[in-house]
Amino acid sequence: MTVVLASFFGQFKSAIDFILHERESVSGGVQVGGSELIGFTANHLLVSGVAVLIACALSVPVGLYLGHVGKGEFLAITASNVGRAVPTLALLAFFIAYLGVGFVNVTFVLVLLAIPPILTNVYVGVRQVDPETVDAARGMGLTEAQIIRRVELPLALPIIFGGIRTSSVNVVATATIAPLASVNTLGTPIINANVYGDSGRLGAAILVALLTLAVDLALTGAQRAVTPAGLKLTQGGQGRRRLPIPQLRRREQPT
Amino acid sequence: MNAALLHDLVLAQVEIRSRSGEGCVQENGFCPSWIADNFDRYVSPFWQHVYLTLVSVAIGFTIAFLLALVAHRRRWLTGPIVGVTGVLYTVPSIAAFLLLLPLTGRGNNTAIIALVSYTLLIIFRNVTTGLRNVPEEMRDAGRGMGLTERQLLWRVELPLAVPEILAGLRIAVTTTVGLATLAFFAGAGGLGQEIYADISFKSNVVAAGGLAVLLAAVLDLFILGTQRLLTPWRRAARA
Amino acid sequence: MERLSLEVPAGEICVLVGPSGCGKTTAMRMVNRMIDITEGDILVDGKSVKDRNAAELRRDIGYAIQQIGLFPHLTVAGNIATVPRLLGWDKKRIAERVDELLELVSLDPADTRDRYPGQLSGGQRQRVGVARALAVDPPLMLMDEPFGAIDPINRERLQNEFLRLQREIRKTIVFVTHDIDEAIKIGDRIAVMKVGGKLAQYATPAELLMYPADRFVEDFVGADRALKRLALQRVRDIDLWKAATVRAGEPVAEARAKLDDADVPIALLVDDNNRPKGWLSERALQGERVREELRSPAEPVVELDDVLRDALSDLLESETHYGPVVDANGCLAGVLSIEVIGQNLHTPPEEVPHGADAAVIGEE
Repeated sequence: MTVVLASFFGQFKSAIDFILHERESVSGGVQVGGSELIGFTANHLLVSGVAVLIACALSVPVGLYLGHVGKGEFLAITASNVGRAVPTLALLAFFIAYLGVGFVNVTFVLVLLAIPPILTNVYVGVRQVDPETVDAARGMGLTEAQIIRRVELPLALPIIFGGIRTSSVNVVATATIAPLASVNTLGTPIINANVYGDSGRLGAAILVALLTLAVDLALTGAQRAVTPAGLKLTQGGQGRRRLPIPQLRRREQPT
Repeated sequence: MNAALLHDLVLAQVEIRSRSGEGCVQENGFCPSWIADNFDRYVSPFWQHVYLTLVSVAIGFTIAFLLALVAHRRRWLTGPIVGVTGVLYTVPSIAAFLLLLPLTGRGNNTAIIALVSYTLLIIFRNVTTGLRNVPEEMRDAGRGMGLTERQLLWRVELPLAVPEILAGLRIAVTTTVGLATLAFFAGAGGLGQEIYADISFKSNVVAAGGLAVLLAAVLDLFILGTQRLLTPWRRAARA
Repeated sequence: MERLSLEVPAGEICVLVGPSGCGKTTAMRMVNRMIDITEGDILVDGKSVKDRNAAELRRDIGYAIQQIGLFPHLTVAGNIATVPRLLGWDKKRIAERVDELLELVSLDPADTRDRYPGQLSGGQRQRVGVARALAVDPPLMLMDEPFGAIDPINRERLQNEFLRLQREIRKTIVFVTHDIDEAIKIGDRIAVMKVGGKLAQYATPAELLMYPADRFVEDFVGADRALKRLALQRVRDIDLWKAATVRAGEPVAEARAKLDDADVPIALLVDDNNRPKGWLSERALQGERVREELRSPAEPVVELDDVLRDALSDLLESETHYGPVVDANGCLAGVLSIEVIGQNLHTPPEEVPHGADAAVIGEE
């Protein structure tokens, strides 16, 4: 047992070292680790951020519309169910095979991945707005577009942000295998273990974990910031104490 | 490092599978005949995948269910439990597999530990929500009739929470099938290994990936069917 | 709660009534310890409720709440069988008891026992709730606005059936309601409570209506309390006026003699079977023999079993102030008038029936 723990700590120590300092690569010839990782991280966040933004731009309007008119529930819910079942590795490989490699293609795949949670949550978020509130707004003379913009969207925002959060975590996680399509993210040391070595792989894994947690935390903060104060009081359904449990999240796929 | 070099390096990691065959295969198209011929190479990984999924979900469900029962009586525990399982849930599976490697070595156990830890939050959340959504008047009537808290839980609250619990189980199962695709990073095989082995060959990717999706769909429907069996009262609609 | 103290005789319905927040439900829930008793005690059959294990105590007390709380995942039979199963009854006994209870609450066992609550109407669910509370034949029952969730039309029916049931089974019941009319209709004894858990008055319905203890009770009972009392009695319960019953062709002298003797100044024409046909005009009594000349028909015809309040309502609607009262065969039993009813309001409260005894015949 102590042997295991000793080796465990040894490996971790080596991994931390990899993160902080440059060293010779395992296969020789190149310097890896240390500051190189900053570039990887930046790239990782870049490809993830772009993907999520595009997914938002696509899903939010569609979801708002569908939720407002109450149609397409099947689509919205099935999108999530299907999205959850498809292994991202297969998805990525599939598109590499058909579209080739590169930043754009990877972003495309990530966008596909990012859409279901956002779409579903936008739809659900709008549907759960109290119909009486909407009715009152209509009665006051607001147009349909104004109702969506001023009533439904603000009230649905917390749930929508929950979806964005889920989506972002999934995308960041999946971006780890982006190196398979020639996009260098933090997954590079993991995919190329023979260049970066075991400690490189472990170090990258640590960074990926930390990065994902950081993104989750940041978006949780954003979600809270976006919840109107009045809503916080009534949320949790009819005054029951609010369950401190995150909204339905599609589990991030194999990353 | 330029992209092309990196790309080649990536391919170099992969076990080169001989791809002999005419036309379709050479051109890397989608070849049903190839799939049919080579189907047996997927059988063993498929069952490995099933094994990983079922074992992980079973263990995860047991743990999360017990945690939920505990948190049902001691509400204050909900927050901490959600916090811990939430972190486990957020950490990407690849990272988790790799982080566990030094500790538990390569093999099934590592994969299972990681997969179990992902299901915890989903199931815990659904069991807890399901129990809490039981209308208060039923609890009141039950207590007033003389049911002890324990009897109330097992005879009233849990049966009524079954739909929510099984919904969580479905999510957990389909998610785990997807995650297990990367279990080979922990040395546990599975369909993902097949995908990775020949990642640029479309037919291979479609075959292995398709099997994974199929597995998820079958398990999902199975649980859905079980749910309908267990909840006859929901089918009996009021005329 | 503020020093609430009262005694409920066995076999009677004690109604706790009052405005929202008066603590009536709290008081009721203290009996089966759903709410803790901080000071004082509650004795059931002489034994303190605090002495027994709570769950065990509750199995001996029937419990019916407003939202009914039927378990949706159990059939009707399953719901009713909940406590018997806990007590370990065997299947046969349980099945028999379920059928027995369903019939008691006027539901067809064969039709209802395997249904789920989701398939029943509100009224049906309510009855199953009562059946469930009666499952182990508990000596005491607690009912918290059990008819509250039912629409007014069905509520009256259910109340009548409930009273009919009570006449048969004679349970000791603590019944909570906010509706004073329901309290008066159902209760043998009524405890009127004020906000803050204070007892304002504890009395029979008649006493409550005739001698309200204070301003609050007076207001709560309603300004029409005299009329409410009339709902408690039937025509057969009071002394009716005598009328001069005259047949066509009778000697006028005889008729006039009867008139002098009667309480009503107008002669009533009857047929050979003593059934009222109408009130005679003055001209009918001129000459040798009584002629059949009516000044007005014999309306409204009031039956002996009619509730006094309904009879009064009929009288007020018609043009005459006298209503001939007939028995089940249609034969004259007397005459009812508004004055008669008014005189009756002075009946001492002890002689006014209440609860199950006063129940409307419910032959609807």
